[in-house]
Amino acid sequence: MKLHLKFDFNAVCRKVLDEKLLEHNIKHKIIAFGEVELLEKLSEERLEAFSSDLNDYAIEIVENQKSILVQKIKDVIVDMVFNDDTSMNLKASAYLSDTLGHSYGYLSNLFSEVTYTSIENFIILQKIEHTKQLIINDNLSLTEIAFKLNYSSVAHLSTQFKNTTGITPSAFQRIITKRREFNQNQTN
Amino acid sequence: MQEDYINIILADDDEDDRLFFTDAFDELRITTNVKTFNDGVYLMDYLNNEESIFPNVLFLDLNMPRKSGLECLKEIKQTDKFKDMAIAIYSTSASEEDIEKTFVMGANIYIKKPNDFKTLKKVLSEVVTINWQYHTNGLNKDNFLLRL
Repeated sequence: MKLHLKFDFNAVCRKVLDEKLLEHNIKHKIIAFGEVELLEKLSEERLEAFSSDLNDYAIEIVENQKSILVQKIKDVIVDMVFNDDTSMNLKASAYLSDTLGHSYGYLSNLFSEVTYTSIENFIILQKIEHTKQLIINDNLSLTEIAFKLNYSSVAHLSTQFKNTTGITPSAFQRIITKRREFNQNQTN
Repeated sequence: MQEDYINIILADDDEDDRLFFTDAFDELRITTNVKTFNDGVYLMDYLNNEESIFPNVLFLDLNMPRKSGLECLKEIKQTDKFKDMAIAIYSTSASEEDIEKTFVMGANIYIKKPNDFKTLKKVLSEVVTINWQYHTNGLNKDNFLLRL
């Protein structure tokens, strides 16, 4: 028997965070995705314990201002790419500077400095990741995906996929399918 | 609260290739910690040692004496504690058959060894940067395929 699952990452993360905060008896308010307000002062030890507990879930407490802003940029981009709303129709640069209240030039420099990649490349990477998920999990055709992710044409998406990963979307799909069969044969 | 360098291992029996490889990493912007092994047996001994630090990316030459890259790949994929390692095949072969086979067996990256140092640096820089994105953004490693 095989179950196909669909996740709401936002909800999952929120739930984990909430449970962990309760477990540590920390009075808190979850403000937005990736932002929690603590309603009491935590000792160094308690914060340490809480932080290491979160690490098990690959949740990381980001500390300094720069990484906080970079994290916000990433969150906005991921949100733009993965949620089908109209923000995708806006230019990413305008949307980012509007949402975060800094000039795009500033955001762009900061981003490259901290992450070793540019905002443009990060957006492409996220779109290609989303494309992979849609190919594998939702079985959408490339035409449907190109439309959903606002590409001007299928050819454009296909070329960008090939440029980013070195393989074509159909080769990707074939390899992942074969890999699943291969892994199944290994466990049987 | 981020680790600020990437751990890298290469298993390759060719001494020149090992040398070029470590030199190329010295010149990259991302700080790396590179270790090399002469064949698959040395590599697996190291990885199976309790005290060893696992690499973020492991580069495997396919043709090595004693234990080939393919055998290493197979062993690594069958061991649960190695599941966070990204695996790059680093080979002189560019046959479609090798590429698809290693991807199916669980490799994430396939690199045809470049002929000149400049291209090598560019290729390795790209691998490390993309892997860094997967590493720091919690992207799904199962879908991580890259061919260079």
